[in-house]
Amino acid sequence: MNTTPTDRRYAKSHEWIKDEGDGSYTIGITDHAQELLGDLVFVDLPEVGTQVEAGGDCAVVESVKAASDVYSPVTGEVIAINEALDGAPETINEDAYGSGWMFKVKLSGTGAMDDLLDADGYEAMIADED
Amino acid sequence: MSKQTVLYDTHKAMGARLVPFGGWDMPLHYGSQLEEHHHVRRDAGMFDVSHMTVVDIKGAGVKALLRYLLANDVDKLKQPGKALYTCMLNEAGGVVDDLIVYYLDDQWYRLVVNAATTEKDLAWLEKRSASYDAAIKPRRDLAMIAVQGPNARAKALPLLSSELQQTGGELKPFNAVADGDWFLARTGYTGEDGFEIILPGDRAAEFWRQLHAAGVEPCGLGARDTLRLEAGMNLYGSDMDEESSPLESGLGWTIAWEPRERDFVGRSVLEQQRNDGRKRRFVGLVLTGRGVLRNHLKLFDGEKEVGEITSGGYAPTLERSIAFARVLPDTGETCDVEMRGKRVKAQLVKPPFVRNGKAVIDL
Repeated sequence: MNTTPTDRRYAKSHEWIKDEGDGSYTIGITDHAQELLGDLVFVDLPEVGTQVEAGGDCAVVESVKAASDVYSPVTGEVIAINEALDGAPETINEDAYGSGWMFKVKLSGTGAMDDLLDADGYEAMIADED
Repeated sequence: MSKQTVLYDTHKAMGARLVPFGGWDMPLHYGSQLEEHHHVRRDAGMFDVSHMTVVDIKGAGVKALLRYLLANDVDKLKQPGKALYTCMLNEAGGVVDDLIVYYLDDQWYRLVVNAATTEKDLAWLEKRSASYDAAIKPRRDLAMIAVQGPNARAKALPLLSSELQQTGGELKPFNAVADGDWFLARTGYTGEDGFEIILPGDRAAEFWRQLHAAGVEPCGLGARDTLRLEAGMNLYGSDMDEESSPLESGLGWTIAWEPRERDFVGRSVLEQQRNDGRKRRFVGLVLTGRGVLRNHLKLFDGEKEVGEITSGGYAPTLERSIAFARVLPDTGETCDVEMRGKRVKAQLVKPPFVRNGKAVIDL
């Protein structure tokens, strides 16, 4: 079981977002989410240049069990996607917080991160689910 | 409240993720469903299938009863231990259940029926056996473990009694041998070689651990589903049910039309449907575009809806998505699948997709 990294924020819909400090933010799904989904077999990412909205669905992860939407935690523009996932979706199972990142956005506006949970808040939320 | 098999605690101890299935708490996987799938295709895996029910039927009237209740003909079974796959139909030709029937002697047949349908099947059998000399006995005292894969027989045999080692070593596919309450059948639901082993419930945990020590990996329902899908084997409740006949479910081969004078439940409806050019076809699909086929997705030819997926998923051996579907009779070689608002191309093929570790369709 991976511990929840404290260097980023979390959405209730099980995405993480990390401020890279250069104006870009990296987004992925949590280790808890990948564990619930089971072995991933397919990832559909947004195209670079796409405008994504906070709470809007913008990607799909499909496991052996089910398909699941991925929601953007923030509003902004997609500036990079993790193309390596196309041939190796299992990377998310293996390293959800690292090499299993999904896409990067440039934020529109400010303060968009305030509604998100910190690591302790997210862990408390998933503890409640169980 | 879900029921638990005698192996429940063993599954928990081995790290299984347990999920409700057919009224039972069963292992979905023990870590990675994909790895479990590959273990079975490449080496040996084992499944707890104790949720399925062994039903022994004994008496002088058993053969006549089963020749009337089953669409396949148990009169084909002459050697003790010989097995037959068949559907049990209702009067409308719909499938009450699919099952394996074993001939043990002239007054003793054994059925293995699905978990979720067990109570319905037992009521069905009881009601229709009233005028026959046939005693129906569900064997709740027995457990069942499937050991499947190219190395399954070699790994399982040395753990059995010396009698079963001898008789089981020479066992042909779809045959079984018994030693007391131990029952060894060369059957399965994966498209690989192997055994399904029925044994006393109080011996199951010990035997499971012995198999594990011999290098047989525990596998859950997730891998069982992708293995059977690749192997072209139907799942009751998804691919057929009381509303669909075997002729619309790819199971026409299990109907014994001869001898013509044998009356069986559903026969008259099947006779009509057999010559009906409008009946739907049951086909395999291989997704050529991106994504994963899922149960109940709709199929199109242009704007015309031509069918629906009955069960679909990801095929780990083929590294692409496959499905079974029921389609209109004139459907061509390809169709469009509506997935999440988009249309994606799929190719129609004849199952099975995989046998003995190898793809048997052109990709």
